[in-house]
Amino acid sequence: MNPEHAPIIQMKNIEKHFGRVIALAGVSVDIFPGECHCLLGDNGAGKSTFIKTMSGVHKPTKGEILFEGQQMHFADPRDAISAGIATVHQHLAMIPLMSVSRNFFMGNEPVKKIGPMKFFDHDYANKVTMEEMRKMGINLRGPDQAVGTLSGGERQTVAIARAVHFGAKVLILDEPTSALGVRQTANVLATIDKVRKQGVAVVFITHNVRHALAVGDRFTVLNRGQTLGTSQRGQITPDELQDMMAGGQELVALEDSLGGTV
Amino acid sequence: MTSATQPTANTDERVKEISSFRNALIRPELGGIVGTVAVFTFFLLFAFDSGMFNSQGIMNWSQISAQFMIIAVGACLLMIAGEFDLSVGSMIGFAGMLIAIFSVTLGWPVWMAIIVTFVIAVSIGALNGFIVVRTGLPSFIVTLAFLFILRGFAIYLPQTIERKTIIGGVSDAAEGDWLAAVFGGKIFTGFFQWMGDNGIIAVFERGTRKGQPVVEGLPMLIVWAIGLVIVGHIILTKTKFGNWIYAAGGDAEAARNSGVPVNKVKILMFMFTAFCATVFAVCQVMEFGSAGADRGLLKEFEAIIAVVIGGALLTGGYGSVIGAALGALIFGVVQQGLFFAGVESSLFRVFLGVILLGAVILNTYIRRIITGER
Repeated sequence: MNPEHAPIIQMKNIEKHFGRVIALAGVSVDIFPGECHCLLGDNGAGKSTFIKTMSGVHKPTKGEILFEGQQMHFADPRDAISAGIATVHQHLAMIPLMSVSRNFFMGNEPVKKIGPMKFFDHDYANKVTMEEMRKMGINLRGPDQAVGTLSGGERQTVAIARAVHFGAKVLILDEPTSALGVRQTANVLATIDKVRKQGVAVVFITHNVRHALAVGDRFTVLNRGQTLGTSQRGQITPDELQDMMAGGQELVALEDSLGGTV
Repeated sequence: MTSATQPTANTDERVKEISSFRNALIRPELGGIVGTVAVFTFFLLFAFDSGMFNSQGIMNWSQISAQFMIIAVGACLLMIAGEFDLSVGSMIGFAGMLIAIFSVTLGWPVWMAIIVTFVIAVSIGALNGFIVVRTGLPSFIVTLAFLFILRGFAIYLPQTIERKTIIGGVSDAAEGDWLAAVFGGKIFTGFFQWMGDNGIIAVFERGTRKGQPVVEGLPMLIVWAIGLVIVGHIILTKTKFGNWIYAAGGDAEAARNSGVPVNKVKILMFMFTAFCATVFAVCQVMEFGSAGADRGLLKEFEAIIAVVIGGALLTGGYGSVIGAALGALIFGVVQQGLFFAGVESSLFRVFLGVILLGAVILNTYIRRIITGER
């Protein structure tokens, strides 16, 4: 581990109870800048609850969150966003009928003043959008192209580029590749790599071990609300990860009859 | 990832060049522009001599169109924000009745009656919006309830207070009132007189008003319509708030995730719609000098039809104020044009139904082009 490398977020013994259901039973994870931290787990493992706690949607029942060494209490997601924790949701990120440029600046519209009136600065928005998209390797027909004409992978990329442009230090990606084809997935993984190299901490939620291993620096597996520890790149094999995700049981038995890994 | 590793290339081989025709097609105003040209061509050919295009005729259909425009602007912005308001027509009747009751029955100065009416109407609009965003119910149902509630009051109030459903005498009360003139007055009267003197427009041949132009000036109704269209268009396309309107209607959840105050936007749009309905009501009351309980009947649907002809999607997130204004113009020209052309006026409804259906089908097709759905 790199010593000068302090974690940007430390989640310590996070517990979250919904009534009588214990969704998280003491999860600890450190997120480092410039690294891609993969959060793996099967459905119902508590991944969503965990990242929602990190992004301010839920308040932890127990445990503490340290952001840049300071204790944080996010009242709502807006607090987390202004602190620099951005979440890109799988579906709910872009508005298909609106242009890329309008989407890119949605909620953060640049304004220019003409007399006492404030107007949306379309020239600036268009210029920045085209630039950012070129950096991410998406060639737009024009900034007024509707997001609906982009592929699923490109939409994720626009959403990621937007979060980074507006100063995200931590980027939480909620299953960005689960609905995508092979080529589009590759595009999104390449985007994650670019963002990581800019020093942004990426939290990548997935249940696909191969996607995780392609970009991950650290891997944390959640199972039934608990972590089974964090491993670094090179310390763990795909089979071990897969076993941990499934709780180490049924999948082994299945594999003979299925042939190959899932 | 070949496309990702060659950022210097200016074009992507995966993006098909779009023809300029298709590019023009995805402008929301297209339907409105084509419709306007078609309608004017038709009436210029078939009703040119009917008096439809002399000064009086033009003023006639301009005023009708302006009425539609005023309510269409509100309905348009609200529809783009993803909601409907079916209470517009009832609001027109209700607000008009309030002004008459305040100024005639209670004897308030007209300016005060107008201001208080605006406050009440806009508050009801806010209540509409508040209920919609709080309960998550479809605005269709919530505003349908207000369609009946407000119409009920518009009939009940004059019945109980004055024992009639029409309250007159507003003209006398409004005499010399500064705010009444803002809604019921006429401007550029000097210019119209000059045009009359120089034979550009018709003047009265005989009687007490001999020598005066038949059309005295530009009614404030039309000024309001043009003003609202311009303001609505600028807000929608050129401001931050306009982006929020599109976002709120395009996908409320995605907009919220990006920090857009969706509920605030929607409530404000309900208030703006109520404001527009009240402008309509005040202009009408000032013009007629009376308020009737049945005023504004079916106006909500006419506003929605004008907006849809103007290219807005019923599902929200897409549309244009200019388009809606053209839709209103088509509406007014056809309604009055059929009268000038001597066509049975019931055919107007047939025309409405046909053009509405055509517009909705065209809009759905355009939506597929924009979003790339198949």
